[in-house]
Amino acid sequence: MASESITKTIGVVVAICFVAAIFVSSAAVGLKPIQEENKKIDLLKNILIAGDLYKSDDIDVNDVFNKNIVGEIVNLENGSIIPESQYDDVLNLKDFDVKILANSSKYGKSIPPNKDIAGIRRMPKDMAVYKVVKDGEVQKYIFPIYGKGLWSTMYGFIALSKDLHTIEGFTFYEHGETPGLGGEIDNPKWKHLWVGKHAFDDNWNLKIRVLKGKADRNSSNFKYEIDGLSGATLTTRGVDNLVKFWLSDTGYKQFIEKLSKENTNEKI
Amino acid sequence: MKKYKAIILDPIFNNNPIALQILGICSALAVTSKLETAIVMSIAVTLVVAFSNFFVSLVRNHIASSIRILVEMTIIASLVIIADQIIKAYAYDISKQLSVYVGLIITNCIVMGRAEAFALQNKPVDSFLDGIGNGIGYSFILIVVGFIRELFGSGKLLGFSIFPLNTDGGWYSSNGLFLMPPSAFFLIGMIIWVIRTYKPEQVEED
Repeated sequence: MASESITKTIGVVVAICFVAAIFVSSAAVGLKPIQEENKKIDLLKNILIAGDLYKSDDIDVNDVFNKNIVGEIVNLENGSIIPESQYDDVLNLKDFDVKILANSSKYGKSIPPNKDIAGIRRMPKDMAVYKVVKDGEVQKYIFPIYGKGLWSTMYGFIALSKDLHTIEGFTFYEHGETPGLGGEIDNPKWKHLWVGKHAFDDNWNLKIRVLKGKADRNSSNFKYEIDGLSGATLTTRGVDNLVKFWLSDTGYKQFIEKLSKENTNEKI
Repeated sequence: MKKYKAIILDPIFNNNPIALQILGICSALAVTSKLETAIVMSIAVTLVVAFSNFFVSLVRNHIASSIRILVEMTIIASLVIIADQIIKAYAYDISKQLSVYVGLIITNCIVMGRAEAFALQNKPVDSFLDGIGNGIGYSFILIVVGFIRELFGSGKLLGFSIFPLNTDGGWYSSNGLFLMPPSAFFLIGMIIWVIRTYKPEQVEED
């Protein structure tokens, strides 16, 4: 039979692969702009979720974002705010992308291994911080955070109240953890456990932690503790590490302390 | 015409891929906790089965039998990637909920099973319709299961509140079991039971 000859077999296989490759690549390339747009909106949506501003699926994400949220870019080393005049094509709020910034030699830096508890190796020197503003007053601060889970890097946001002690919201917008186990970090019930917890004690010691198993209601540390996810010990540990990392001196701590000093000065 | 009708309608009750052939159970458990994801998954699987059948049938006389499974996998995998890209572009939220399960259509036995059992022996148009039929058969079960699970599990359908939940001041206390994958097992079992009571010829002999 002709169809069994080696030349024809190879010819047919090459032809099929070629056609399949053309279809797949044109779908991937052709749909990319729409997918990127979706990702951007999803990012804004998650900032709104962290700030508890995402009330229903019907809201216009761009509109609510522009009305309620003011972003700024913060230098993590000294906690100062970078003036808009220093923004450029890569470092700006509109296209703020931690992945690009962390990997660039100009805007990113590598993290010393002994400090890299989040397992991310590189981080941006400057990070975006989003403020929820109501009637000219800042209500909450929303910080982008990310770190290694079990399989993937998890990207998300944590929101702190204006006194910067209490957690007001917590969400991930991108991760590749196992659905049903580590993927439960998307579960609204679990995310809600974070709300009202305290990240720092009164002396600005970082106290928040995610336990393995359930937090004890009667313990004096209950306000600093989050239940771990059952069946997802490593993902949970990753979340614990990344939150500790980003709220430490390597992360937003400089900025947070600076802000809280300014706030107390204002009151005096 | 009659032949085409039979090709499409047969897989819904007489030869349902899930209920009789017991194929594709895994994804039926995973994506049916909400009706919306069940519907999107149904459409994706139907189109993938139909087109993979069509293309496999188109090249069926030109592929050596020793490499036919590789060729089938190439075609199926390409179609699934395209489906995944389209869902990511036009239904981003749903693509996040479906997560890996769109990619796992590649391993859905229905797709491969129909390519092997039907498309290799039949003409492209017949194969295409067979794919549509089997896709609808799969969709039928998925949508019924998704309907029941979302309604009793969260008191909603397609996100609209049907039974007001007592957490929101209504009367219905949601049944969390329906949101867990095992509930789909029970439901599919019951659907199979109902179909086989109605069509006793499907009952397997001991």
